[in-house]
Amino acid sequence: MSADLSGWGRYPRIEGRRIPVRDEDGLRAAMADGPVIARGNGRSYGDAAAQVGGTLDMRRMNRMLDFDADTGVLTAEAGVILGDVIAAFLPRGWFPPVTPGTKLVTLGGMIAADVHGKNHRRDGTIGRHVLWVEVMGADGELRRASRSENSDLFAATIGGMGLTGVILRCALQLAPVQTGWIRQEMIPTPDLDAAMEVFERDAAQYAVAWFDCLAKGADLGRSLVILGDHAEPSDLPANRRPVPFDVPVRKARRVPLDAPGFALNKYTLRAFNALYYRVNAGKAGRSVVDWDSYFYPLDAVHEWNRIYGRRGFAQYQVVLPLEASRDGLRTLLDVIAAAEQGSFLAVLKRLGPEKGQFSFPMEGYTLALDFPVSPAALRLLDRLDAITLDHGGRYYLAKDSRVPAEVLHKADPRAGEFARARQAAGYAGVFASAQSERLKL
Amino acid sequence: MSQVMILGGRSDMALACAHAFAGAGHDIVLAARRSETLGPEKADIELRYGVTVGLRDFDALDVDGHEDFAAADPLPDIVICAVGRMGEQDADQDDVAASVAVMRSNYEGPAAILGAYATRMEARGTGTIVGISSVAGDRGRATNYIYGSAKAGFTAFLSGMRNRLTGTGVHVVTVKPGFVATQMTEHMDLPERLTAQPAEVGAAILKAVDKGQNVIYVRGVWRLIMGIIRSIPEAIFKKMSI
Ligand SMILES: Cc1cc2nc3c(=O)[nH]c(=O)nc-3n(C[C@H](O)[C@H](O)[C@H](O)COP(=O)(O)OP(=O)(O)OC[C@H]3O[C@@H](n4cnc5c(N)ncnc54)[C@H](O)[C@@H]3O)c2cc1C
Ligand SMILES: NC(=O)c1ccc[n+]([C@@H]2O[C@H](COP(=O)([O-])OP(=O)(O)OC[C@H]3O[C@@H](n4cnc5c(N)ncnc54)[C@H](OP(=O)(O)O)[C@@H]3O)[C@@H](O)[C@H]2O)c1
Repeated sequence: MSADLSGWGRYPRIEGRRIPVRDEDGLRAAMADGPVIARGNGRSYGDAAAQVGGTLDMRRMNRMLDFDADTGVLTAEAGVILGDVIAAFLPRGWFPPVTPGTKLVTLGGMIAADVHGKNHRRDGTIGRHVLWVEVMGADGELRRASRSENSDLFAATIGGMGLTGVILRCALQLAPVQTGWIRQEMIPTPDLDAAMEVFERDAAQYAVAWFDCLAKGADLGRSLVILGDHAEPSDLPANRRPVPFDVPVRKARRVPLDAPGFALNKYTLRAFNALYYRVNAGKAGRSVVDWDSYFYPLDAVHEWNRIYGRRGFAQYQVVLPLEASRDGLRTLLDVIAAAEQGSFLAVLKRLGPEKGQFSFPMEGYTLALDFPVSPAALRLLDRLDAITLDHGGRYYLAKDSRVPAEVLHKADPRAGEFARARQAAGYAGVFASAQSERLKL
Repeated sequence: MSQVMILGGRSDMALACAHAFAGAGHDIVLAARRSETLGPEKADIELRYGVTVGLRDFDALDVDGHEDFAAADPLPDIVICAVGRMGEQDADQDDVAASVAVMRSNYEGPAAILGAYATRMEARGTGTIVGISSVAGDRGRATNYIYGSAKAGFTAFLSGMRNRLTGTGVHVVTVKPGFVATQMTEHMDLPERLTAQPAEVGAAILKAVDKGQNVIYVRGVWRLIMGIIRSIPEAIFKKMSI
């Protein structure tokens, strides 16, 4: 049965065989005929979760199996959606220790991409909070892997982009919280230096900056830095204190159709970005916001990826080492602003050091922005690659849909090691994605 | 706490109902063959919604056991039957035993067990019975009339039971889901717009029970489609291939 296997960016468009996985036997049978790749909720942007010959849809393996109310350890199947974990356990005082900017991801997808959140500097990637995973290997054997048991497999699977096996179950340490609210501080910063200065203060558990990628010259890097900490009951208005986990329900909206390509151009974008900055700069300061609006503002608009039109979009996310960050970011932003092709979502985060074997983060700054796909945009991204390479930066595979293999391998020598280890372990013929084929992983 | 008994509890639609009703605070019993294999489903629903989930062995074809099954305490507030068997029309039409298995699994077994519950609920004076039938029962077609005819029988049974029980405090809901993306239809290439997700069916059934609806089609277009299909004169219909 042919299915749409494209990623969230809907670029590149990929059609292929989708195989729903319901149990171990079904999975073994699916693995028997040639290379396959696991797919969670398809929230990676490009071709990481697609294999034309066989893409394993893990979303039916979505049972929560056990929860220890004393320790906060959740045992669950890999297809469980993060939002369901929050729905079940936030009312009992537990929250994901690390979360991406959408709750519509699976636990397996989070572990395979070793996702980071706005708290990476304090709390690391999701991998730090995973106690064990159960992985179906290339040989059809199911193994439990942890820091003490099959530790090589554990290390390679976290951040391994599904290329070391299929994660079936995991144990995840949740984090205790006292309310469902976040104490937020919004700090408008006139330029890049000012934004970085706020990040360097490390004043809150969560920190992220939205920046206007069309602002040039003296305004380059004009940002809103948003800090956050989990609120305590005493931070809430008196009427909310007895029910600290109740938050108002947000109304979901949907982008009805593919937006026509002309709706989104440099004029509308410039106007939008300038307006967004002014409106929010006006709201600068402290407030208390509910978890859903704070962590997942975009989830309120279903299928927002359609606003970029039929051609889809590509996200460029790289991290630059700390010492090269200021210069590198400035150079990237200069080129992006001059090209006038950026989009609404341009995000800057400060990452901490990271030990994950093939995980994306390193100590420094990560920049992520979306580009509606066009020949000109793809040429621009090639130019950005040169700057990234110059500054010792590396790529986030969960967002990638287009980086050339040579560039990836130059930027990240770990890619070659990963590929060789996959060959040696006999994974390569059994697990492969369109991305791993493109990037020679 | 009210209790919902779900027969054929392993099916995707049954589990979607279990989630919908557990989400609304009902305790659940999943009744299925080899019910002990439903441990993960039990844990999942209990963890997500903080309700109690029981497991019971149930074989719809074991009609001799139905009276005892329905007599067990407590008598549930709501019974949902999702038992069904699609069969393979092409092979089954030349195989009496296979056809009979489809007929019995979609009509005899489900109707008999719901009948046993109806009598008990009538005596109590409250309850809701939900039968998952099919649009395939609205008119027999060459491609699935063994299944369709059994569903037609089941639909008629539910309709008659609703008629009988009106005024007794017991309500009967007939569900004709149209295409649903479940294990039963996984190998088929179904048109997306006409195909509901199991969760949609669960939500629709929860709503139908709350509101006391009689016959529901999960996606509205199916009412229209089946209206048209039923209205085609037999002289023309018999030559069509749909
Ligand atoms: C709006 C938005 C915001 C985001 N923000 C962030 C962010 O802040 N930080 C961040 O780190 N990421 C972020 N992401 C990216 C997202 O978190 C990752 O792409 C994540 O992997 C998506 O999970 P998924 O279940 O959709 O996986 P998919 O996209 O389906 O798959 C992603 C990868 O995981 C593998 N995989 C999936 N399931 C399994 C399994 N069971 N076993 C083995 N491998 C598996 C796939 O093979 C693939 O390589 C964001 C994405 C969106 C759309
Ligand atoms: N999917 C569709 O498009 C569609 C459309 C219209 C109507 N329906 C109806 O919806 C209901 C649910 O179907 P589904 O799509 O979720 O498919 P399914 O997964 O195949 O469900 C059928 C269920 O019936 C159970 N069953 C069969 N014979 C049984 C017996 N003798 N005793 C006990 N249980 C028995 C099966 O249990 P085991 O697991 O033990 O085999 C299975 O769980 C069925 O009545 C089906 O006819 C489906």
